[in-house]
Formats: sequence, structure tokens, C-alpha cells
Amino acid sequence: MNKKDLSLLVLILVVGAVVAFINPRFLYVGNLSNTLNQVGMFGIFSIAEAFVIIIGGIELSVGSVIALLGVLFIDLIVNHDVNWMLAFAAIIASGLVIGLVHGALVTRMHIQPFVVTLCGLLIYRGAARYYTEDATAGFGFGASFPTLEWLTAGRTNLLGFPVPHSVVALIVVAAIAWVLLHRSVFGRYLYAVGKNEEAARYSGIRSERVMVSAYVICGGLTAFAAILFAMYTRSISPAVHGSFYELYAIAAAVLGGCSLRGGEGSIVGVVLGTVLLQVLQNLVNLLGIPSSLNFAVMGAVILIGVLADQYLVQRRQRVSVAKGREQATLAAAPLEG
Amino acid sequence: MTEPFLELVDISKSYPGVVALDHVGLAVSPGEVIALIGENGAGKSTLMKVLGGVVEPSGGRIRVDGVERSALTVAEAITAGIAFVHQELNLFDNLDVAGNVFIGREPVHGGPLRLIDRKELYARTQPLLDRLGADFAPDAPLAELSLAQRQLVEIMKALSLDARLVIMDEPTSSLTLSETDRLMRVIAALKAHGVSIIFITHRLNEVMQCADRAVVLRDGRMVGALTRAELSPAAMIRLMIGRDLKSLYVPPAAPPGEAVLDIVEVVTETYPERTVSLSVRRGEILGLAGLVGSGRTELARAIFGVDLLRGGAIKLNGEAIRVTNPRAAIDQGIYLIPEDRKACGLLLDVSIAENISLPDLASYLRFFLVNTAQETKNARAQREQLKIRAPDVATTVGSLSGGNQQKVVLAKWLSMRPKVLIFDEPTRGVDVGAKQEIYEMLRRLTDAGVAILMISSDMEEVIGVSDRIAVMHEGAISGFLDRSQFSEHNVLQLAVGHAV
Repeated sequence: MNKKDLSLLVLILVVGAVVAFINPRFLYVGNLSNTLNQVGMFGIFSIAEAFVIIIGGIELSVGSVIALLGVLFIDLIVNHDVNWMLAFAAIIASGLVIGLVHGALVTRMHIQPFVVTLCGLLIYRGAARYYTEDATAGFGFGASFPTLEWLTAGRTNLLGFPVPHSVVALIVVAAIAWVLLHRSVFGRYLYAVGKNEEAARYSGIRSERVMVSAYVICGGLTAFAAILFAMYTRSISPAVHGSFYELYAIAAAVLGGCSLRGGEGSIVGVVLGTVLLQVLQNLVNLLGIPSSLNFAVMGAVILIGVLADQYLVQRRQRVSVAKGREQATLAAAPLEG
Repeated sequence: MTEPFLELVDISKSYPGVVALDHVGLAVSPGEVIALIGENGAGKSTLMKVLGGVVEPSGGRIRVDGVERSALTVAEAITAGIAFVHQELNLFDNLDVAGNVFIGREPVHGGPLRLIDRKELYARTQPLLDRLGADFAPDAPLAELSLAQRQLVEIMKALSLDARLVIMDEPTSSLTLSETDRLMRVIAALKAHGVSIIFITHRLNEVMQCADRAVVLRDGRMVGALTRAELSPAAMIRLMIGRDLKSLYVPPAAPPGEAVLDIVEVVTETYPERTVSLSVRRGEILGLAGLVGSGRTELARAIFGVDLLRGGAIKLNGEAIRVTNPRAAIDQGIYLIPEDRKACGLLLDVSIAENISLPDLASYLRFFLVNTAQETKNARAQREQLKIRAPDVATTVGSLSGGNQQKVVLAKWLSMRPKVLIFDEPTRGVDVGAKQEIYEMLRRLTDAGVAILMISSDMEEVIGVSDRIAVMHEGAISGFLDRSQFSEHNVLQLAVGHAV
């Protein structure tokens, strides 16, 4: 855990303590478990986003993909009687294909990632609404998938605390992503491409492939999150389901130390960023702040966080520049004298 | 000749460890065309930057219309009528011609909105076009103009500022012959209007064609000036060279072996109508000399697979290989140390160890993961071997000096058993001590059987380090030199396209 992650953790604890002090319901088992469930689902697609941000790209279609693939998943298992395991695999595969297409458009056709994924945002949202004719997709009466429901939206009691399975999924995903990003060769390549694509290429890294892989991973993880959300909400209105989720993802990644210029960010940071966002959401609810202010609170906290970080970075630089100048003067002195 | 309106007296400029200009004097009279010539790094550009107010000299005086100053600011240079036409043109290709000429000084209608008065803008631009005999309209979008036409726009901009002196930095380096001719006519027209010109060039026949005077710089010193009557290519070359070259040369332990890398009629992007052929032998350092822009870096990029080959073949140990990307070259044991190490060679805010292991991470695997202990160990060994001066291999590369950064780039490849090493400007921005160590390392590598292609614009380096020299001129090899033929004169002759 680096310094940035640590200060984020401290911030979460401080905010949590304040909320708990004002409204003790924050610490109720039911509330904590629900918040954790949100963290699990949001965390998975935030990690997905982080992969793309680390290579210096951006993925704006996360929310629309969650809506489209969620609708498709429910339709497959409810209306077409597809075996849920098969449907699960098909949805993940669709997510991977979406990522592949985005990656190919960015690297082969040289279209800016912002534009590619902005078009994706519009297209998938439209497709989801058209597919259901703007109606809500949901489970009918009697439709029941006990195993699937238990796996995705269920909770397991651990020492009397109901642990949501989405959090278990997040922990597994985060652990794998951590190893991949921070310990594997592929992770090194991701950061190298994000920091300086040209230098990475000169070091023999097939940077286009690395970039495409990042989008593919992002697509696959987003598809997984889409299934979790579908099973959690159990009914999807395609016009609003998952909207703005890409912004939650980007916010979590930025809070977690990712630079939108690429090459930076840690998995622990992204997970903590997600936690902070969900605690803030919870804070708005529990402190009786009008829920219309939800986004405003989130925006303000992120802005303050980024400003504080910038201030610290600049101060550190000033100190080191001053030190450097001192040394230079000392070194130059004998020449002039 | 009329009185000079601009005089540089005893101008010096030193950077830490380098004297770029050493008591240079230069006087410019109205309507005079001065050619500024000299080898790469002789101080030509620095001198012009002093005139433009971009570089502050560390000593000397500048006299403009009798007023003496120790330095010019950019604003003072503009007021004095000094204008620059840069090699990389400073134009906006989303504007039209007139918009570029009067950028920041657009005529406006009265009123609070200050709307641009287009009629007036075009009316003011037309006479400038006429003066240069330009064949495009004031409202032509810049994006549709050729490079030569853009250059004229840049000159018009200078004239619209009432320039008395126009400085051109290698104005013809990317022009065709007919475009060059037209530029020569423009220069003559400016001269007729009493505008002075200083142009930096490597093309001696252009100097012959239009200069009143040629001023020659070498190692930051003015070594001579030739009047129109004295001008000849031989006289210019004689002045450009003639420096004492310290003998750096260390002969190889064994005579060079068979050819390892064969470049057969390779065509690159920049010079699609030229081909390059050369071979580098086992255990030799082949110096690749030539002026900036002669196509050497493009050749290196093509061999390493950064750019696609437009034609020809690359052979390694006699067998043709297909190199479509750097990975393919690396897998064959061909490595490139690029000219621009900050942009292409290193990840600046990453540690020394991670930079070194980057191209070879596959051999650091332990259960699919990077074995950081082995990484650190190997990096430490390289630091030892190459004498990289850094507190630890966890130090970020960006905080190192130029020489130590270059050693890190070298270290990347050393642990991977190079067969061919292409070294583009090995010691640019490298201090003297580290330079020597890099040369020693090159010799140790060739003694171990590596074939080295060393691109260098530093004459001392080319002559002092190479076992053989190939010289490039405008996208083709203009000649090879053996050690017995090594001289600055011969290299320079070939570099400007004359036979030895």
C-alpha cells in the first residue's frame, strides 16, 4: 500500500467516523452490508475502467454496457430459457467482444478513445432501449434461479455479519487484478505503454496489443458487473439503468491515484476510491441531505481531494528544486571563484 | 557597402561543461546576404538565438543602430527589425495565409466586440504576396500550402513587422530544387529592398549562388569570413575543418570478421527515391556520418522495425529477415539505442531496474510473475559494469545525469547478448567522463563479437571511435572511408555530396 492509498484510507475512516457520530445507523449491520454490496458491484467495473485509464485511454460506455448486457442476460434466461451458465458465458463473451472492438478502433483506426467510447455510450444505450421497446426487463412471476441468485445477489453469514457475494467477487477480481497489474509482465507492459508508448515500442513491447488487451479486460469485467447488477435490481429500465456509472468508475480510478494521462494508479487505490464514493452516497442518505445533492457532494469531495493532492505534489517539487539549486550553487562556486 | 546597423561584439555563451560560443563577432549591413556555415554543433543556431533574443549571451555586446546592450529580449529583437524563419515553421494550419501573417495583430472594426476586419486584413496581405511573387491568395488556407509556400508566409510575416534582418535556419533543407531556386529569387528581391538576410545552410552551392559573405563557425568560434570574391567550396570546407582531434581510437583486438548485418538497397520514408546499402562486420564499429537530415536516423528506425521498410532487404548473417516491428528486431538480436532517449529510450519516472528489464521481462519469470529479486540483482550487476552513478537501482531514471541515463539505455541491451547494436548519437548530452566510458564499452562489445553501427554527428567521435566510416548525403550513402582515409576533410566532402 503506497502513501496515496494510505491517505485515502484515512480519509474514508474520518468520513466514516463523522457519519457514524452524527447518525449511528451508519454502523448497523444492515446498512454496512448494503453499502458493501454496492462497493462490490461498483468496484468491479471501476477496476475495469482502471485498466483502460492506466494505458492512457478512457472508457465512457461502462454504464450503457451494463444496461445492454443486463437486459440481454435477463432476456436470455427468462424469455429464451437459456441455461443460466450458458447465458453467463455468452454475456461475458459479448463484453470481451465490445472491448475488442473498442481497442481495435483506438489502435488500428487511430480514433481517440474518448470518441470511440462516447459513441459506444450512445449506441449501447439506444440498443438496450430498442431491444426492450423501452419497457422494463425483469423476472416474471415464478421465474426463479435459486443457484444463480444465491451466487450473485446472495449473502453468507460470517460471524453474524451477512457478507454480500458481490464483495466476495470484488475481492477475487481485485486480487487477480492486483497480481496482474503489480506483479506480472503484462502489468509492467500496461504501465510502460501508459507512461510512454514510444519508449515501450522501442523496448520491443507490442504496444497496440497491450492496449487492445486493456479494453478487452475492461469489457469482460464490465459484463460481469452487468450480470451482478441485473440480478441485484431484478428489473431493468433500459433508459436509466447504469447511467452515469462510467463517471463513478472514472472518479474511483482518479481517487485511487490513476492519472488520466496514463501510467499510474493502483488496484488498492481504486477499491478504496469506490469505498469512499459509496460511503459518501451513504452519508447523503443518512445525514438527511437532500438526495438531489448527491452528485454535488461527490464532486466537491473529489475536487478537494485532487486539489489537496496537487498541493502536496507541488510542495514536494518546490522543496526538491530548492535543494537541487542549493547543490548546483555549491558545485558551481569553485568554478566561479 | 553601407554602415552596419547591427553588430555583435565578442559574444560568448557557455553552458555547464560546454562553450557554445567563444567571442564571436558579426556585423550586418543593410541589404547584405550572409551565409552562416559550419559543422553540426559549431554554434550557428546558438548565435542566431542570441540575435533573436531567445538565448542570453554570457558575455559580449550587441549594438543595434548605435545603441549598445549586453543582451536582447525577444521584444527588443522584434522592434530592432530582426525576424526568424524557423526550420520548424511556427504557423497555424487552421488559419488562412492572411490570418497567419497578422496573427495577434489583426485589424479590427471599431466597437466593443473587436471583430476582425477581413477586408483590411486581406488588403494588407496582398502587397506582401506581390513583393515575394507568391502564387497563392491571401485567403488560401495554410493547410493547403506546400512547405515552400509556408516558408514564404513566414517571410511575409517577417516583412509585415518591417523586418530589416531575416534569419533563416536551413531554409532549403526540405525544399525541391525548383522551390530552392524560387527561394533564392525571393532572397534577391529582399536584398534589393534593403533587407538583410542571414541564412544557415549545409549546402555550399547555395552559398556560392547568393551570399555576399560566408561566415564560418567551428567549435563556437568564428574561424573566418569569405567575401564574395573568395567564395569557393574548397575554401569553405578548409575553414570548417582543421581542428585538432584528440586520438581516442582504440584498435580492435582482432580484425573484423564476416558481415553480420547487410542492408541491401533499403528505401526509407523520407527519401523514397533513394536506396541505402551497407554492411556491418563482426567486431567492428561502423561509423555512420552525415549532416543532420541526411536520413541516418530514418535508416536506423527502418532496420529496427519502427518504420516500415519501403523497399530492399535486411540480412542477418547472410539470411534475409523480416522486421515489421521492434519486437521482431529484438528477437533477432538487433538492438537500437535511439537518438532521443527521453522520448524513445527510457521511462523517466520508473526505476533503473525496471527500465533495464523492460525489453527482456520474459526471462525474469517465476510462476508467471516478475522475479524482482533477480531484476534487482541483474540491474546491480549492470550498474557495476557500466559504472552507472546512482544511489541505488531503485532510483528513478529521470533524476540521473544524461550520461548515466544513456548508460541505463545501454544496460537494457547488454544483458540480452546483442548481435548488432545500432547506436544513434551515443554521447549526445553526455558529459566527458561518461563519454569515454561509453566508448570503452563499445570496444569491449566489438571485441566480444558484436557488430556496431554508430550514427554520430560529432566529428571527433566519428573519426576517433569508428573502424570504418560510411557517410550519408540526402538519403543515400555517398562514400565509405577506411581508417587510412579518415579525415575531417574527407568526411565533410562526402557529407555535402562531393566525391573524395
